[in-house]
Amino acid sequence: MALFGLFGTRAEAQQAAIEAAALRSDRFRQAREPDWQRLDAIVTAIEKGRLRRLSDEDVLALPVLYRTAASSLSVARETSLDANTLAYLEALVRRAWFQVYGPRLGLWGWLRQFFGGGWSAAVRGIWPELLVALALMVAGTLVGWLLVASDPDWYHALVPFADERMPGASAEVLRGTIYGNSGQDGMSVFAASLFSNNAGVAILCFALGFAFGVPPLLLLVHNTAGLGAMLWLFFGAGLGWDFVGWLAIHGTTELLAILLAGGAGMHVGRSMAFPGSRAVLAAAAEAGQRAAVVMAGVVLMMVVAAILEGFGRQLIDHAAGRYGVGGTMLAFWLAYFFLFRRSATTESAA
Amino acid sequence: MSSATLPPRKDRRRTLVTPEGLALPVTLASRGSRFGAIAVDLVVLILVIVVTTLVLALGAAGLDRVLGGQIDQAKGGAKQALEFLAVLWFAVMFLFRHGYFLYFELGPRGATPGKRALGLRVAARDGGQLRSEMILARNLVRDIELFLPLTMLLGQLDQTEWDPVGWAAAGWFLLFALFPVFNRDRLRAGDLIAGTWVIEAPRASLAAALSTGVSAAQGTSAATGAEYRFGEAELAVYGEYELQTLERVLREDRPEALAAVQEAICRKIGWHPGAGDERAFLEAYYTQLRARLETGMRLGKRKADKHAASS
Repeated sequence: MALFGLFGTRAEAQQAAIEAAALRSDRFRQAREPDWQRLDAIVTAIEKGRLRRLSDEDVLALPVLYRTAASSLSVARETSLDANTLAYLEALVRRAWFQVYGPRLGLWGWLRQFFGGGWSAAVRGIWPELLVALALMVAGTLVGWLLVASDPDWYHALVPFADERMPGASAEVLRGTIYGNSGQDGMSVFAASLFSNNAGVAILCFALGFAFGVPPLLLLVHNTAGLGAMLWLFFGAGLGWDFVGWLAIHGTTELLAILLAGGAGMHVGRSMAFPGSRAVLAAAAEAGQRAAVVMAGVVLMMVVAAILEGFGRQLIDHAAGRYGVGGTMLAFWLAYFFLFRRSATTESAA
Repeated sequence: MSSATLPPRKDRRRTLVTPEGLALPVTLASRGSRFGAIAVDLVVLILVIVVTTLVLALGAAGLDRVLGGQIDQAKGGAKQALEFLAVLWFAVMFLFRHGYFLYFELGPRGATPGKRALGLRVAARDGGQLRSEMILARNLVRDIELFLPLTMLLGQLDQTEWDPVGWAAAGWFLLFALFPVFNRDRLRAGDLIAGTWVIEAPRASLAAALSTGVSAAQGTSAATGAEYRFGEAELAVYGEYELQTLERVLREDRPEALAAVQEAICRKIGWHPGAGDERAFLEAYYTQLRARLETGMRLGKRKADKHAASS
C-alpha cells in the first residue's frame, strides 16, 4: 500500500499545484508538462545518437507523444499568452516532427530496399523515356555510320580520341587494338573509363535533364554517333564480329547505364515541361526522386563496367568469351530490371 | 534559448504544415551557415582521404623496399599488388565520397556532422515524410554541383593558362554555387530536385511559469504583504504585445528594468509606485493582465497591443 500512498501523494501534490494556479492556461500547462518532458527526453536521446538505449516503450510512445504535443500546441496558441511556453512547444514539436517524419531506414536499410526491388521498380517507372532513349541511341549509331560511310572525314569529328584507329588504317593495326593488350596497364584503363567520357556523359545526361530537358537527347545522339563511326571502320576492315565482342564485354553494361541515365534526365525534363496538374517544383521533385534512384544504380553500373573494361577484357582475349560475358551481363540486367518484382514497396506506401 | 527568443530575419521565416495539419514556423538556414556546414564536411572528407592515402602509400613504400627501389619496373606479383592498392584507393574514395553524406543524412539525426555543428537539418519542403529518395537525389546532384567541376578545376591548376574546359568548369561551378542566392527559399539545385530544404533546428527550454508564484497568483507580495489588485480599467490599457514585453522583462530580471517598467505602468494607470517591491507588483500585474487577455481570447476577443481598441 505504500506504493499507492506514494503515487497518491504525488498525484495529489500535482493536483494541488494545478488547482493553485490562478490561470486556466497555467493549469493546462501543468497537467501536460510531464508528457512534454518525456517527449523532450526521448527526442534528446535520439538527437544525441542514443536511439539504441531507448526502451521499446519510449520508441512506441514517440508518435503518440508527438501528436499530444502538437495538439497541446494548437490549443495553447488559442488559449495561452505565455510566450515562453509557446516557444518551447513549437521547438519541441518541430524536433519531434524531425524524428517522426525523418528518414526511417538508415543507409543499410535503404541499400537493402534499393537492391531488393526499389531500383528495378524505379527503372520500370521511367519506361517511356527509356524507349525514347533507346530509339535515339539506335538512331545516333545509324547516323554516325551513314555519315562516315558517305564521307570518311566525318570520322574525326565524331570520334573524340585520336589514335591509330582511323580511316585508312590496315586491318592488322585495327586487329592489334582489339586483341593482345594483356600487357596494358589495367589500372589506367579502369580509372580512365570510370572517370572520363562515359561516366561523365551519364552524369551530364541526368544533370542537364533537370536544367533544360533537351540536352540529354543531343548528348545521347552525339555519343552513339561516335560508336556508329567506329562500327563502320571495323566492319569495313572485316573485323565487325571481333570489334563488337571487344565492345560488348563492358559495353552492354555501360551502354545500358547511359541509356538509363539519358532516360532519367529526360524523365525530369519532361515532368518539368509537362507538370500536369501539379506545381512545377512539385513535379520536378517527384520525378527527381525517381530519377535519383535510377542514377544511383547507374553509378554502380559504371563501376561494374569499368572493372569489366579494365580487367575482364584483358583476361579474356578471344571474341567468344567476350560475347559470353557481355551477353550474360545484359541478360542479368534485363532480368533484374524487368522480371524482378519482389517487394517493390517504398516507404511512402509503407 | 537565445535562438528561440531572438526573432530571425523576416525573410527567412517560413511556415510548414505537418501531416496533422498543424502550422509550424521554421527558419531557413542562412547561406553563411550552409557554407560553413559544407566547409566542415569537406574538411572531414579531405582529412579521411589524406589518411587513407597515406596508409596506402605506406603499403606501396613497403613494396618498394621489397623490390629494392625499382617500383617503376615492377612485374608479376608485385605489379598486381600495386594495381590492387590503386583499385582499392579508387574504390574507397568513390564509396566514401558518396557514402558520407548518405550515411549521415539517412541516419536518425538527419544531418551531416557539418550541418549538426551549425544546427541545421534537412527537411521535406511539403512538411511530410523525408524519404530516402529525397536524400539520395539531393546528394547525387551535389556530385554534379560540387565535385565534378572542382575535379575539373583542380586539373587546370598546374597549367599557366586555362583552356576552355577550365573556364567552362569555373562557370559551371559558379552557376551552381550561386544558385541559392537567386531563389527565395535558398535552395541549391539538389534541394530543388529533391523537394527538400535546409532549416534551422533550434532547441528551447521550458522556463518556470511566471504566473504561479504566491505574489503572482494571489496578488500578495511575499516581502511586504501588500496586496495588488488591479481593476478592469487599469488592466484594459495594455494588450498582448505589452504582456510579452513584460514577460521578457520579468524573465531577464534586471532591477533597473523592473523599476523602469513599474514606473511606466504606474504612470499609465495613475498609481504611485513604491520602491523595493517591483517584482511582486509586476508579477501580480502580469498575471492579472494575462488572465484578462486570455479570458478575452476564449471569447474570441483579442487585443494585439495598447493601441488596439478593446473590442
